[in-house]
Amino acid sequence: MGQLTMLKLRGKIEVVNKTWHEPRLLTVTANSSLPNVLRKKHVLLQDKDSLPIEGFAATILRQSSDQPSELSARGENLYIVGKDYDYLGDGDVVRLNPIGNSISSLYRRESNHNTVLLTERCNNYCLMCSQPPKDVDDSWIMDDAFELINLIPMQTQSLGFSGGEPTLYGSRFIELMRHVKNQLPTTSLDVLSNGRGFKDEEFARALGRVAHPDLMIGIPVYSDDPVRHDYIVQAQGAFDETIRGILNLKRFGQKVEIRIVIHRETLPRLVQTCEFIARNLVFVDHVALMGLEITGFTRANLGLLWADPADYKDTLSEAVSVLNSYGINTSVYNHQLCTINADVLPNYRRSISDWKNEYIDKCNSCSRKAECGGFFSSAVQYRHSDHITPFH
Amino acid sequence: MGRMSKFQPMTFYNRGQSNQPLANYQLLPFKFSELDHSRYVMTNIAGEYLVASKEDVHAFANHNLPSTSATYINLRARHFLTDAHSKMAPDLLAIKLRTRNERLADFTGLHIFVVTLRCEHSCPYCQVSRQSEDKDSFDMTIDQANAALALAMRSPSKNIKLEFQGGESLLNFDLIKHIVVEAKRFNAENSDSQKNLGFVIATNLAVINDEILGFCKEHDIVISTSLDGPKDLHNKNRPRPGHDSYQRAIEGIKQSRNVLGRDKVSALMTTTEASLNQVEAIIDEYVENNFNGIFLRPLSPYGFAIKTKFYRAYNTQRWLDFYVKGLDYIIELNRQGIEFREHYAATILTKMLTSTDPGYVDLMSPAGIATGAIVYNYDGAVYASDEARMLAEMGDKKFKLGHVLENSYEEIFLNETLLEALEDSFAQSVPMCTDCAFEPYCGADPVFHWGQHGDLVGRKPDSEFCQRNMSIFKYLIDSMESDKFVRTLFLRWAN
Repeated sequence: MGQLTMLKLRGKIEVVNKTWHEPRLLTVTANSSLPNVLRKKHVLLQDKDSLPIEGFAATILRQSSDQPSELSARGENLYIVGKDYDYLGDGDVVRLNPIGNSISSLYRRESNHNTVLLTERCNNYCLMCSQPPKDVDDSWIMDDAFELINLIPMQTQSLGFSGGEPTLYGSRFIELMRHVKNQLPTTSLDVLSNGRGFKDEEFARALGRVAHPDLMIGIPVYSDDPVRHDYIVQAQGAFDETIRGILNLKRFGQKVEIRIVIHRETLPRLVQTCEFIARNLVFVDHVALMGLEITGFTRANLGLLWADPADYKDTLSEAVSVLNSYGINTSVYNHQLCTINADVLPNYRRSISDWKNEYIDKCNSCSRKAECGGFFSSAVQYRHSDHITPFH
Repeated sequence: MGRMSKFQPMTFYNRGQSNQPLANYQLLPFKFSELDHSRYVMTNIAGEYLVASKEDVHAFANHNLPSTSATYINLRARHFLTDAHSKMAPDLLAIKLRTRNERLADFTGLHIFVVTLRCEHSCPYCQVSRQSEDKDSFDMTIDQANAALALAMRSPSKNIKLEFQGGESLLNFDLIKHIVVEAKRFNAENSDSQKNLGFVIATNLAVINDEILGFCKEHDIVISTSLDGPKDLHNKNRPRPGHDSYQRAIEGIKQSRNVLGRDKVSALMTTTEASLNQVEAIIDEYVENNFNGIFLRPLSPYGFAIKTKFYRAYNTQRWLDFYVKGLDYIIELNRQGIEFREHYAATILTKMLTSTDPGYVDLMSPAGIATGAIVYNYDGAVYASDEARMLAEMGDKKFKLGHVLENSYEEIFLNETLLEALEDSFAQSVPMCTDCAFEPYCGADPVFHWGQHGDLVGRKPDSEFCQRNMSIFKYLIDSMESDKFVRTLFLRWAN
């Protein structure tokens, strides 16, 4: 759910020639015989040796080992991508920027985990933020998002929205949700938010009025202790705003998921936090207990935050048991099978999808590798449990 | 926005507090009672509890508790205090309190029909049954049943459970059939005020047969039977011609489960003097017969009409020993991996650990009499509770609220005695209860106290009800606090 992919989603592209200069959102196709009326909305993906085809907004050639040759003679709006983009396929949506010589993959049809980043701005500043906020005007991303939704196939099963804090857009966020409901009426949506914006009852009511049939807002509650929560998100008063936001969302019939990242600063009250949820927020729709992803601020704060899952597994079992007892739908994400107790298994999810998870060498001999969620590539690179032990 | 370029420590977010020796906080409504010589149990207004050292509770009450102490943080998180860091407590407490009391608006959900007083058993502890074959004197009539059903259907509750009791209810099975069919017909004809109907037959199963079970199956009727323990005890408690009560109960349970399903048959035990030294054997009997739990019921004060205070207290203590021994044994069974629960503890734990009120009549405040359950007796008299009709059989008709053929719904449910009992016994305002930490878990039991003390409130220091429940509350909390396995187990029971 909403984890960032290790695929290269944004990078350089070689511009061979171009007739238009503003960035465009285009749907990728490998179908060179696409009807002419559709071609101007599509970018044609070709192998380098293919024949030029007319009418597409652009053509992207896959890099081969050959040296660039007489390509400029092939036609207009021609680009070359490297091996990093081998995954591009029919139906994907890219943002092609001729001036910036860049390409971003915005939607991948093959993936069940498409997440649209709506902004990099945020009013929290979490110790373990995987997407460190930037205080810049990036509202063009929202313009793109509206357009992107039009290009995403209607049969798409699920779609995520994240940030930064998407609700900082205020009423434009509500408009986006209404737009998504109209364009993708059967797509289930996950929105990651710190929930603070929903402290405003009218804002929560407005989302309720969108009446999306399958929209879940994922909101972090890091502690039952307001001071500890405020500290973890580095924002005074955030706890009250988040809790009030959750209450307002539920009041207006919205689905809410509570997300807790497990690290050394949440662990001292993890069980109490789950008890708090069970007593005060038992009506939430899902609770996710998530292992630390070693990216963004987490890398800077690793000394402060790192806790070995093998060392906290009894605490995790207790937390899960509390939530299970109250019948709260609970999932454990981003953990390795050999670092959890067996009683957590019913709640264990292979959350890191197979195209972006990794394993360490030790895992090769493990008999349960196929059931295991593995690691984020960042964990393999920077820090993982000292107690990874293959099952035999 | 002028972002901070680095991260601040936790103390930064506790500012305005940490620099001061004394925290600036407000107390929210709470009560406390002694758990043992060094600890208090504290409960907030929504019934959440916290165990703390006496020193901490004194410091807390005197506004001397440091804001960095673990107790302070626990008290804030559980809404015993509010300070500058969070103003959410009143809203969250309000939601919990509202949830806790939402059942009140539903009003009477359980409607007990005593369809006959006749019984083929002759149990010495029973205050109500008759051996007579005189149907006219001891069976409810069709007219009375129709009138009672009409009253039941007027309840604002969406969920209506009709429970058929006796005597031996199946001796008047024809009337049960009539009431079930009529209730369903009422539902079919009144689509705007339809009820979710549930039916329970309380029976000793001695006369159960396939025809009866076929009817139960057709109408989703569940069976509640009696099983007092091992054969010798059961047959001693429950004499009938042929001395085969136990055998008939066990066979009836099997037969009923085969037709209706295992979850459709439950059993209740009655504790007698003879039970007190064999709680494990009683529990084993339930385990052996595939029940998922047992309700270790107190000695009935109606059967044991005990006169002296000394003897009463003595009996309460003996029963508590019985109960605690049984509860410990059940916890041990669970430790061995056998899932089995004690239903009375589970009921209390639901009140302790959730905001749901289980609606158990004895542990409700305002009292559950008439508002949670009501009894239509075999002769058409309406009683405020099962205990109220037992009291009537002993000669005290204090809680007779009216008669199905003579009084209207309004006359019965606005009966002066009932209103007085509800108001006077409301535990939150009763002397001693009002200060008791366990009040959110307890109930007003005006019928019990009337029977024992001749007073709707009763004398709490003398009250068996108070002594028994207070001991159980303390025992449950102490067990949870001292043993993580028990805590986990109790959380499951509570939900």
